[in-house]
Order: sequence, then C-alpha cells, then structure tokens
Amino acid sequence: MNWIEIFRSGISTGTVLLIASIGEILTERAGIQNLGVEGMMLVGAMAGFKVAFTTGNVWLGLLAAIAAGGLLSLAHALVTIHFQADQTVSGLSLTFLGTGLALVLGDGLTGQTGPVIPRASIPLLSQIPYLGPVAFADHNLLVYFGYLLVPVVTYFINKTRPGLHLRAVGENPAAADTLGVNIYRTRYLYTFIGGCFAGLAGAAISVAIAPGWYSNLTVNGQGWIAVALVIFAHWNPWRAAMGGYLFGILRRFTLDLQGPRILFGLANPFFYNTNLVFFLQMTPYILTVIALIWGSSAARKKRIGAPAALGTPYQRGERGL
Amino acid sequence: MTLPEETITVPAVEMQDIVLRFPGVLANDHVNFTIYPGEIHALLGENGAGKSTLMNVLTGLYKPQSGEIRIHGKKVSFNSPRDAIAHGIGMVHQHFMLVENQTVTENVLIGLDTPRFTLNLKKYDQEISNLAEQFGIHIDPTAKIWQLSVGEQQRVEILKILYRGATILIMDEPTAVLAPQEADELIETLKEMAAQGKSIAFISHKLTEVQHVADKLTVLRRGRATAERMDLKDYTRESLASLMVGREVIFNLHKCEQTAGREVLRLEDVSALNNKNLPALRNVDLALHEGEILGIAGVAGNGQSELVEVITGLRPCAGRIWLEGKDIANKPPSFSIRQGLAHIPEDRIGVGSAPNLSLTSNIIMKRYDQQPVSQKWQLNYVAADSLADGLKTEYDIQAPNVHTHARKLSGGNLQKLILARELSSAPRMVVAMQPTRGLDVGAIESVQQLLLNQREQGCAILLVSEDLDELLSLSDRIAVMYEGQVVGVICSQDFDLTQIGLMMTGTLTQDLPENARVEETPTEGTPSSFDEVLDNLRNYEESAQAAQPGEIEPSSESAEPLEESPQPEPPTPPEEPPLNLTEKERVLRKVLGEKYKQGDEE
Repeated sequence: MNWIEIFRSGISTGTVLLIASIGEILTERAGIQNLGVEGMMLVGAMAGFKVAFTTGNVWLGLLAAIAAGGLLSLAHALVTIHFQADQTVSGLSLTFLGTGLALVLGDGLTGQTGPVIPRASIPLLSQIPYLGPVAFADHNLLVYFGYLLVPVVTYFINKTRPGLHLRAVGENPAAADTLGVNIYRTRYLYTFIGGCFAGLAGAAISVAIAPGWYSNLTVNGQGWIAVALVIFAHWNPWRAAMGGYLFGILRRFTLDLQGPRILFGLANPFFYNTNLVFFLQMTPYILTVIALIWGSSAARKKRIGAPAALGTPYQRGERGL
Repeated sequence: MTLPEETITVPAVEMQDIVLRFPGVLANDHVNFTIYPGEIHALLGENGAGKSTLMNVLTGLYKPQSGEIRIHGKKVSFNSPRDAIAHGIGMVHQHFMLVENQTVTENVLIGLDTPRFTLNLKKYDQEISNLAEQFGIHIDPTAKIWQLSVGEQQRVEILKILYRGATILIMDEPTAVLAPQEADELIETLKEMAAQGKSIAFISHKLTEVQHVADKLTVLRRGRATAERMDLKDYTRESLASLMVGREVIFNLHKCEQTAGREVLRLEDVSALNNKNLPALRNVDLALHEGEILGIAGVAGNGQSELVEVITGLRPCAGRIWLEGKDIANKPPSFSIRQGLAHIPEDRIGVGSAPNLSLTSNIIMKRYDQQPVSQKWQLNYVAADSLADGLKTEYDIQAPNVHTHARKLSGGNLQKLILARELSSAPRMVVAMQPTRGLDVGAIESVQQLLLNQREQGCAILLVSEDLDELLSLSDRIAVMYEGQVVGVICSQDFDLTQIGLMMTGTLTQDLPENARVEETPTEGTPSSFDEVLDNLRNYEESAQAAQPGEIEPSSESAEPLEESPQPEPPTPPEEPPLNLTEKERVLRKVLGEKYKQGDEE
C-alpha cells in the first residue's frame, strides 16, 4: 500500500470538506444553521463544470460556482432571517432544491471533459522528505488555497472587528443589536459567504479533484459530512481542517483497502467478499452520524462552544429586550 | 444636585407626545418625558406600564408611530440604536446585554467604528482600565463575562456606555439584581455621574428606592403618564403607589402568629453543580417545619434556583433531602409529588404551565392519574372540567372559560392558575420561587395571602425571592445564600435589613455583629477559610460519585417533633482574619472552571 499516495490524495479530497465546513462555520458563528450544504455544493459543482466546459475557462467556472452557491444560500437566509422559519426545515429543503436544480441544469454534462484547475508544486517545501510529496507537490491550487484559508479565517473570527461582530451576533444578538450592529445584515452576509464557500467546494470536486459531472454522485454526501465536521470541530477552523483531511485520508484508505489480494500478510477479506466492501464504504458516513448524534445534545453543545444563539431567529421587541 | 432650572436653557432629552402601538397593545399613549443635564429622573410604573418601551424608543430600538424627540434641543429621528449612541444615549438593560464568552474589552468594543479592522485588544484593555478607574469602577478588562458576578457585569454595562461618551444614561431596573449594599454603591456612582453633568433616567417599580435616588419623577400606568416631571418630595409611598396602580393599595397582609410544628423537610449536606458544571450548591443544610415559611434571600444566581431544582427533583445532587421521612434526593419529581410536594416555579410559562393547553389540562397535570379525572385508561373530561371550573372560581382566575389556552392569561392569572393546581392538592410542602415577580400590586397581594393561608393550614413553605420586602413580611425565618452556601439563618424577631444585606454579599456570619442570631452554623457547612473552600471543591467530585441514590432507611429523628426554635449556637470564632471570598472564588473559578468544563459526566 502506498501511504504517501493515500495521504496525498486524502489531503486533496479533504480540501473539499475543509472549504465547505469553514463556510458553514462562518454561517453558524452568526447564529444561522444551514443544513443545505449538500445542495449548495451540488449546484456549485454543476455550475462550475458547466461554465468551465462551455467557456473553456476554469476560473470563470469557479466564479460561477461561488455565485451559484451564494445565490442559493440567500433563499435560506430570506426564509430563516426575514420570515423566521425553522432553520432545520429550511436547510433540508435547500438540499432538495439544490439537488433538483443541479440535476436539471446539469443534464447532458455527464461524461464530458472540461478544463481543470492547474497543478503546482511549491519550491523548497516540496523537497521535504515525506511531508513534501504529501502536502506540497503537484497539488491543484485549491489545496494551497485551503492551507491559507484556515489561519486567515481563524484570525478574522478572533482578532478583527468584523469577527467580533460576527461572534457577538451568534452569541447574543440582542446585545449586538443594542450596540448598533445590524443583525439582519450580518446574518445575511455570513449565510451568503457560507453559500459561496459551499459552491466553491462543489466546484473543487468537479473541476479539480475528480473532474467531471456525475449527477448527484459528484458530491455524494460530502455536504453532510461537512455539516457534521463543524460540530466535530467545535466551530474552530483548525479542527475543521484536521477533521477534513482525516476524513479525506479515511476515504482514500478505504478505497485502497479493496485493491490488494494480500493485506498485512493475510488474504484481503475486502477483495474476496464484496459485501464487506459496503461496510468499508460506510465508515465515513457512520462517523458522520456519530459526530452528529454526539454533538446534538443541547448541554454538550453549550460546553463545546456552540454559538449560543445558533438556530434561533432574532426579532426585536421579544421578551427580554 | 439639580441645578436650578432657569440656569439651564436646554433639556438633555425632550420626548413629546410619544405614541407606540404594538399589535393589540397601546404601549405608550401620548407620553412626555424630559430630563435636564445633571438630573436623575425616575420613571416609575408597574410591569407592562410602558417604562422600558418608552426608553427603548429613546435608544432607537423602537420607532414611535408619532411624537417628537429632541436631544439637547435638536429634533432627532432614530432608525437604530447606532443613531441613539451617536447622540450620546446609552442604556443599561434590565437583562444584561453581554456576550458571555467574550472578555470585558471585547464587549465594550462591539459595534464601534474603531478599531477599524484588527482588534489589538491589549491597547484597548489599557484604555478601558483607565476609563474604569476614572469613575472608580474596579474591573479586570481581560476577564470573560461568565467569570464575573452580576454586580461586576452591571459595571461592564455602564462601562460600555461611558466608553461611548454617553451623556444620557438610561438604567432599566438596575438594582433588581443587586444586594442592598451593591445597590447603594451603584446609587452613589449614579449620583457622582449626575454631579458630573450626565443625565440619568432611572426605571424602577420599587417605591422606596425611587424616593432615595431621584430628583424628578414621571409615573406611567398602562402606557399613560399619571404624573409628569414631579418633584419627588411632594409624594409619599402611598400616593406613589396609587399613582402607579390607580387605586389605594394596602401594604398590610394578614399574618397570624403561630409556632412552627414538627420537621417536614431536611437537607443534609446537599451539593450540586449548575448548568455550566460549576459548583452551585455547597454543603447546604436546612430544615423546614410545619406551618413555617422559610425565606431564601440572596442575590440572583447564588444557588437559589439550583436549590429549588434539587428539592423538586429536577437536578441531580449529592447529599440527602428528607421530605416527611423519605429521601427524595435524586428521585423523579413524581416521587416527591406523591410525598406532598408542590412546586411554584420561577418560569411560569416554560416550566409552570403548558401555554398551548387549556386551563383544564393545566389543572389536571398533577392528578390525571387520580379519581375522578382518571377512569381506568382514559380521562374523564367532564370531571376534569368541573374540577377546573371550581378552582377557577375559588382562585378567582380571570378567563372566559376553562377551555381558554393558558397562554392567553395575564401574568397574575397564570400564576393563580399554577397556584390553584399546586395548592389544591393539599400539599405538605410548597417550594415557591419568585411567586410574585412581574405581577401587579393587586395580584401580588392575593398570591401572598394564598401562601399565608397555606402556612396557617400547617404547610411548610420554602419561599425564594429577590424582593427583600416580601421576604421580611412573609417569612418566619430567612436563610441567606451566597455562592451556593447558606451563610446564615435568621429568625423573624431578629430581622435586620442591613445584616441580611451584608450576608448577601458574602460576609460570613462570624464577621457579623453580635446581634446576629444564627440558628444553624455547621462548622463544615460554612468554610471559614479559603483553603477549606478549595478542599470542599476538590472533594466535591468524589462525594458526587460516592452518593449513589439507593434504598435508604427513613431517618428516625426526622419523624420526631423538633423543638420549636432550636437553640442558637454560638458561632465558631474565626481563627483567621476575614477573607475576601469574592476575589478568591473568582480565581478559583478561573482555575477550576476549565477542569469542570472538561470533566465529562458521560
């Protein structure tokens, strides 16, 4: 088994989860939970591939993906912020809406090949033994974008004025409101940004990591994993990055386990018994379910630092204001 | 303090003919409100009279349907709190508007234009520290809000306003959460700020306090002003009350002399954690007798709600709780209900009732499994309705009929509904938490009288209240809680407001003057030194684990009649000089808080 290759490709696929979950972290830090990541990623993947395929310009594709994800998230923002609808219900419907839109608009794209994001190696860093080939050699540019994203977003949330407002809005919107922070605008903005990131994550699949459009198998549940990752990561970008790469590596590892006839000196059960493979393929999703169950108890949410106002609509003039 | 008015040409705030209508309610009906610089102006009224609403108009949260606001003579129109802040208006809300997991400095900086992008907290920590010193406020700008006491949190709120250079301060019932001494300090600070030329609007429904603080007075009743810019000295407490309520209010309750009977409830060494997994109750010992009201005094958040939850079976705890000879600690609420426990919870809507169910359904919640409501496996709604109808008349619940939804009732009527359910089952023991908070004066009277009637019938009553007047007039004994401990129990003949106030701020009974008649001072119950507190905390986890609820023999002594008033024991002499517990406990929380947060009780 080629460990270098497993880690390398894990980081590459993990970048998708990283981008999507960092977007969701920003949204949730403002107090809005958007469960529609899967839908937004599909729309992003479709729009990115379609535009890149028709124009021949992959960067235009990325822009289209970002715009598509962002636009779709505005539907969620409108319904939950202005009309104060239940965020879970709205998020779930957004997944269905996004999936449907992507399948209809992506009709006829299956099997086509389009331009992809260029690859690059980082000089010097790629020479480091083991780490170089895993993390800094011959990756697509979005992987490096992911590396930058984590510290930048962490700094933004914790050390800047807009970040302070973001946290205040997610923790105690009434307090932020009395100090003149525009709650609705802030929540719209970060829901939109979260959508943009989800769209970008979708495109990262369709024009970079696994180029092409394979209807809803393109994203294949990674949006849900991203939502779970946010809880798993305690709303912290660093942990989200770790979790994202870990999931990526795990996915690749379960794939590689099915290849060889001999595994660790024994007959590989996954090679000879195809039914066992299903269990293997389940692992990332089982972990997701566990993370979601684990993180959903209200008491624990409080302890691990969930934004206090997460999931609660804000309206002026309610009791206590 | 008030400057003669002819020397001042322009009022700081002039609100004229303010009309604000919420769906179904006229919250402000042509109200005028004026403050001059250097003036403390009290805004008095009952809950729901429109005081906070009027002030929220001034802070830009609500936009009035009609009316004019002038600030320093200039007509203004506020679209958001930001506009009001720009005009030097700041408000300390009744429920603090603070972000719990951010530091003091971060809370002050929310919503400001500088720092532009990077926060650079160190620089602003210093700035805020300096500002605080200037007004004699002591606070650590790097502390997180959840680590601060309520009084300190209020200081952060004031700092927030001062940092914005406010000249007009609105204080919304600022003393409601403070101990008397803290309130006095606050009032001194306010007077100091007024002397420096700031205008202060002081919202309150406490008559005595208003007389103490304010220069001028405006009274609201049901959205209308019943007195505008009056001089306070022209009014007595009674005349103020009738302005507020619109009728004569009698400040007397019928409380008969009676002696306490045998013991009903006994708490032995009870400890519990709060929702943040920090110790909220520490080794509490209490006893409660037939026909006795035991008042629990204390600043909000010193373990009172945890105490109530522990007794009513809503919160796990370590230690023993004997009710009528049975250990009810860590038993389900239904168990204690069968032992005759009634609970009047603080949160009437969330805990005390099911707002979307009818009066009948709310009434039968505790007796759905008893005759005549229960008929084998189904409910007899005819019997239930007639039961509810009877109680509706008996307890004078104002509602169209018993099928009305509980959420449509006013606060007072909802409380009467809860009392009807809880008291009609002839309880042996009533636990009442803030039973009169937020009610109008009339409803308060009837709720208090109902509690006194229960006392006459030999019921033991635990009354938790933040209203000291209420405690003093109803209780036979008062136990004072501070930081999760009962720091002392005082009998009614020795009630002394100053002393209770001192105990509420953590002064241990040993440090009190000689006349403090302390009934129960278990030596291990009230740690006299910092080390002991620390030890107790360390032992806490072990004891919590060790105390597994099992089959426990009823205590033999608790069935025996006790002396009517136990002999006051001489307080243990302090071996060390009195310690500043507040400061040290805060350090403790910082140190142990993380540990407790990590400690997972899977």
